[in-house]
Amino acid sequence: MRVQQISIFLENRAGRLAAVARLLGDEGINIRALSLADTSDFGILRLIVDRPDAAQQALRREQFTYSTTDVVAVEIPDVPGGLAGVLEVLQDGGVNVEYMYAFVEKANDRAVVVFRFENLEGAASLLESAGVRVLTRAEVLSL
Amino acid sequence: MKYFQPIDETMPVDQLRELQGRRLADVVARVYRDVPFYRRKLDEAGIRPQDIWSIDDLAHLPFTTKEDFRDTYPFGLLARPMSDIVRTHASSGTTGKPTVVAYTRADIELWADCCARTLACGGADRHSVVQVAYGYGLFTGGLGMHYGSERLGAMTVPVSGGNTRRQLMLIQDFGTTHLCCTPSYALLLAETADEMGVDLRKTNLRAGYFGAEPWSGSMRRAIVDRLGVEAFDIYGLSEVIGPGVASECCAHAGMHIFEDHFYPEVIDPATGKAVPDGTRGELVFTHLTKEGMPLLRYRTRDITRLEHGTCACGRTFARMERVSGRTDDMLIVRGVNVFPSQIEHVLLEIEGAEPHYRIVVDRRGRLDDLEVQVEVSPQLFSDEVKEMEGLRQRIANELHSTLNVNAKVTLVEPRSIPRSEGKAQRVVDRRQMETS
Amino acid sequence: MSLVTPERRTASPPHRIWNPQAECMETDLRRALQLELLREQVARMNRHCPYYAAKMQAAGIRPQEVQCLEDVARLPFTTKEDLRDHYPYGIFAVPLREVVRLHASTGTTGKPTVVGYTRQDMENWTEVVARFLVAGGLSDEDIVQIAFGYGLFTGGFGLHYGAERVGATVIPASSGNTERQIMILRDFGSTALVCTPTYAVYLAEALPRHGVDPSSLNLRVGFFGGEFWSEPIREKIQSLLGIVATDNYGLSEVVGPGVCGECLERRGMHIAEDHFLVEVVDPQTLAPLPDGETGEVVITTLTKQANPAIRYRTRDISRIVPGACACGRTTRRLARVTGRTDDMLIIRGVNVFPSQIEHVLLQFREAEPHYLLVVTREKGLDHLEVRVEVSQELFSDRMRRLWEIREALQQKIDNTLGVRAKLTLVEPGSLERFTGKAKRVLDLRNAPNGEQS
Repeated sequence: MRVQQISIFLENRAGRLAAVARLLGDEGINIRALSLADTSDFGILRLIVDRPDAAQQALRREQFTYSTTDVVAVEIPDVPGGLAGVLEVLQDGGVNVEYMYAFVEKANDRAVVVFRFENLEGAASLLESAGVRVLTRAEVLSL
Repeated sequence: MKYFQPIDETMPVDQLRELQGRRLADVVARVYRDVPFYRRKLDEAGIRPQDIWSIDDLAHLPFTTKEDFRDTYPFGLLARPMSDIVRTHASSGTTGKPTVVAYTRADIELWADCCARTLACGGADRHSVVQVAYGYGLFTGGLGMHYGSERLGAMTVPVSGGNTRRQLMLIQDFGTTHLCCTPSYALLLAETADEMGVDLRKTNLRAGYFGAEPWSGSMRRAIVDRLGVEAFDIYGLSEVIGPGVASECCAHAGMHIFEDHFYPEVIDPATGKAVPDGTRGELVFTHLTKEGMPLLRYRTRDITRLEHGTCACGRTFARMERVSGRTDDMLIVRGVNVFPSQIEHVLLEIEGAEPHYRIVVDRRGRLDDLEVQVEVSPQLFSDEVKEMEGLRQRIANELHSTLNVNAKVTLVEPRSIPRSEGKAQRVVDRRQMETS
Repeated sequence: MSLVTPERRTASPPHRIWNPQAECMETDLRRALQLELLREQVARMNRHCPYYAAKMQAAGIRPQEVQCLEDVARLPFTTKEDLRDHYPYGIFAVPLREVVRLHASTGTTGKPTVVGYTRQDMENWTEVVARFLVAGGLSDEDIVQIAFGYGLFTGGFGLHYGAERVGATVIPASSGNTERQIMILRDFGSTALVCTPTYAVYLAEALPRHGVDPSSLNLRVGFFGGEFWSEPIREKIQSLLGIVATDNYGLSEVVGPGVCGECLERRGMHIAEDHFLVEVVDPQTLAPLPDGETGEVVITTLTKQANPAIRYRTRDISRIVPGACACGRTTRRLARVTGRTDDMLIIRGVNVFPSQIEHVLLQFREAEPHYLLVVTREKGLDHLEVRVEVSQELFSDRMRRLWEIREALQQKIDNTLGVRAKLTLVEPGSLERFTGKAKRVLDLRNAPNGEQS
């Protein structure tokens, strides 16, 4: 159920995001999902890639500061109110979302939301017991 | 029993009243002659200076208010030419302009004496190491206690406010025995000491003079316990002189008002009539000896009650209870006076800012947090975090420049600030205050 | 070269002297007085300061061997490290009960350099500051706005007490809050300004932005110190604010401001020679240099009781201005300080050592801290930026946590430096890429186009 996410520290200046994208591209690594949280000084780029180990190797080589975190990817019906239903489950279960980001799949009628929880296992089983589909690692990488 | 000026501080009451009467007659004559503002006020009230004979005549005199300072800003209340003035200080005004006060050389001497009395009340002497952690500058707290400590002959450490870890380092390294700061800052020191693994009870710290903001009995107990000091409540305001107006003594039975210089009354704020001893009301001061800017019946807006009768310490001065509230909407944040009208004034100057705001004051076990929530109008909104951050920073800077205290600015959604009767509630004070 | 125009010279008011007896003393008499005070000071140090007695013993000189003023060159030096090693009270020559004031200045690591004052020291300090204030045109009619920081820093208090002694109206505005400073300048009618020269330029340039015409102010004179400045900056301040700007110098290790200050001639700072013996030495050989030659300023306190300093190495670079001054004072003059012999920076009048930052970062378990201090000047105001590389140990993938780390680091840096620094977290390796090698300081204040990246 856990999916590995790579978070990279970036200075908030022109070209840094492109530098990471180019690095991963040159290594033939495919980005499945991403989010960027930024302040005026710096940002945190969060990525889910198809080959996390190769990506880490490349980042390490190029001296980027990064860390890996486990996240949960959840399938949400791509209809109005889809996200609200999932968030209500979490709220009712008293689960705190540290951060989240979404991407929508064109081919299917669904959206995927990536969640980071303090208590990953607890949150995932809460979601599953409420009938929300939590994607496996393989499913995420094949998106 | 230690006094800084024993003859004055233990003067028999009838002698004190007689002295106060003479001094009152003198100050009324002086302000009538030298301050056009008072000449007009006294004329309007139909009072001639020669009618004032004794301290009992005080009730005939008109009041002075903070608004009078604003209307005569900056130097309209001066009773001496500028060349006789050797110092000015300032405190918060109700709008953009500060309240300005001025001192002659004799006033500075008087102030140093009164602050030395305050320090002596808490047992400090020339062997003490006094760390002054009140802010220095236009605020009277730092320089007042500084001159007092110097007058006493103690070793003065003028560390000024802030920089908590350094304060703790100095307490340990310099062997500080007496500390001057706000009560909430004392608790922050205790908390930071815990974090750093420093046991303040094992230092040389013996006593603390805590003032400039209201505090509760439980805060006092926490300070005494965690800092291992004897706590002394002190009172003052820049319009009267600064710190050194009143101080608690070792009997801990209220704060002695140095009434040979500052004559206190407590009045019913609604009627302006004096209330009997022991009844709470608004504290009013009349200067008896000040030269630069003497005031008649200045309304402090502070609520307290008076107790007359000789104290166990031997001082004959009246005692006031810890201030329990205000008759206006002034807030005291980290020792700095803040009027909601000042904040409104700032927001109106920022283009596109909604005058919908809320002031939230909280004390999370340590320092006061001042938060100003401002509703974001559509013309203020930007989808770039950087832009919004810039706006927030700009409001914060403007507020700091006017209030002289840091405010956390939070941008909130339009109409999210609760309104009662169509009007926003301006102040939420979450600090826990006991009255006893 | 003098930038004082003949017109201004004739227009300047007659020189007023605060203490003619001391300031216009005959040279022979003064030298005799200095020798007497020096011998007393050395004897006292030898008796009461074990660390200095040991130094003298190691140097093989006994107090009674100081026979003439030139013998001062045989005495061992005192350094900032000596003060640090005997923190806090080890350098004091009097019992603590006689010390009525403590101040502190920046130390090279976490601990400040502590200085003490007896009642007599306070009296002397006030006196020497009053001298240069009057020399620069201050009188009891003036309203002095003191925009130096108060607190442990000696700048604010030194000028405060001196101006009070002269009898002027003192406005203890303290530093910062430019809008408020401008409001005070205008509303209180300040006639004299005390601050760092860069802040004076900043204020002058900020006035029109706040809708204030500098010529509408009552300002007449300004006393600027706490950092290095130049003749062009003086010209700028004088013309923008329409005032007479004088330079003054001092350091807390010997007293604070008041060691010397300019008179209205503005051709070097008159040294209070009855309180301080000033030498200029070659920083390499440490041999004394003749008047007029540039080297490191070394100061011996002649009257200081609480913590006397013998041959204190200031690390400041200057020279003695040869010849007599037209003002009538007979005291020797020190030229502007033009630089340092170490890597100390002066930011808004506050001394900053790169080693202090290193000290902070080591507390964050940074085995090998990579940092760079970047100093820039915008609109005349110094800005210090501390760039710190984010290592794996510092990084967190949660924005809030990363922000907390940043805040904690910022707070420690602020606590240690005593001057506001902007902390920027940068990517690993970027500092080396930027400077070519692990350089700790990038001072762009005098660069024509600011930062070139």
